[in-house]
Amino acid sequence: MADEAFEPKITAFVCNWCTYAGADLTGTSRLKYQSNIRIIRLPCTGRVDFMLIQKAFARGSDGVIVSGCHPNDCHYTSGNYHARRRWMVFNDLMEFMGLDMRRVTFSWVSAAEGAKWATLVNEVTDHLRELGPYTEYQRLLNAGVA
Amino acid sequence: MDVLRNKARDLLAQGQVQVVIGYEAGTGGARRPSFVRSEADVARLVWDADCVGNLAGYLTRAEIKKMGKIAVVANAATLRALLQLTAEHQLAEGAVSALVVTEEGAVLELSNAQAVTEHVATLPASLSAADREKLDQLMALSREERRAFWEQELQRCIKCYACRSSCPMCYCGSCTMDCNRPQWVPVASHEMGNLEYHTVRAMHLAGRCVECGECGRACPVGIPIHLLTCYAEESVRRQFGQPAGTSATLNYALGTFRPDDQETFIR
Ligand code: SF4
Ligand code: SF4
Ligand code: FES
Repeated sequence: MADEAFEPKITAFVCNWCTYAGADLTGTSRLKYQSNIRIIRLPCTGRVDFMLIQKAFARGSDGVIVSGCHPNDCHYTSGNYHARRRWMVFNDLMEFMGLDMRRVTFSWVSAAEGAKWATLVNEVTDHLRELGPYTEYQRLLNAGVA
Repeated sequence: MDVLRNKARDLLAQGQVQVVIGYEAGTGGARRPSFVRSEADVARLVWDADCVGNLAGYLTRAEIKKMGKIAVVANAATLRALLQLTAEHQLAEGAVSALVVTEEGAVLELSNAQAVTEHVATLPASLSAADREKLDQLMALSREERRAFWEQELQRCIKCYACRSSCPMCYCGSCTMDCNRPQWVPVASHEMGNLEYHTVRAMHLAGRCVECGECGRACPVGIPIHLLTCYAEESVRRQFGQPAGTSATLNYALGTFRPDDQETFIR
């Protein structure tokens, strides 16, 4: 496959109350952004188990976005604060294990930030297009037992 | 050693404890756990520099708890695990007495969390010098080199779960690794499942690992798997300032938060 034919697959885990509504606002504001993204709506960033990120890669994602309400704005008060601590450790641990954390983007996008969402997705998509497919992870799927 | 045996004999004779968990001679000069329940058996107890195992894992087992009140011959790792288990409400405060052999050969009996906490505060860092060096070496590598290192190591994992069984902090009655409906993590020793299993284990031990190295010693294929959990633990300590195994009242670092937790990567 020629390089220019590569289009990254991106999975986004977003919370229902801020980023999902923000992404909706992007649409209703008729802001265009690249369509490489598959959004998965969860109640809160507190629900984003770190395994969801790994599973997204295992199922062929080249990049992952995790996004929710800004600190202090979580619908459940503290879900994002707890999530943030988990991401801080997860991010660090994955670096230590040698995973490519350039492919995981954490962000806060509020329900009013439709434009921020469009910019974020565009930037992430462009970046992943440069990085290419996440073959070193996808290789693991076919490794070992044939 | 005699001081320790005499102490154990006294405790058993006076009925203050029903079992003393310690070390006895194993095969090939190694030390193995010993469960001394009668005065006649105290002669089995040994204490020397080879008593490296973490015995705290036995303290939460139902079949051991059933024996009655416990005294445990405790090295530094066992003491830390004891505190951590108390902080996690797995051991009632004062339920276990720790017997510590000092460098001078005396035996201290630490019978409550306060005494254990004070003693642990006087001990050197929990991570061994060799592990410290190995961690620093790995951190100095490039990401690609670290990936290659862990891929090499983890592809040898046979998913025997000895690392999980040997860890005093892995006390759950049923583990998500064993859940097969739905099967969250593949059970076969497949590279993807191995990576996922070890990620879960390290994440679940972040902020709880007492850096005893027991999991690495237990691994039959010689994977230094404790380096992962020790790194996760260190990450928590560095970012949130909470060292596991130092207090009986520590809140789980990932079960709490501070509004001003500082990170550098969220956009
Ligand atoms: S993860 Fe390993 S090093 Fe950490 S407490 Fe458990 S057995 Fe000890
Ligand atoms: S003890 Fe070693 S081989 Fe067994 S599951 Fe743990 S890492 Fe894998
Ligand atoms: S509801 Fe949006 S982060 Fe909790």
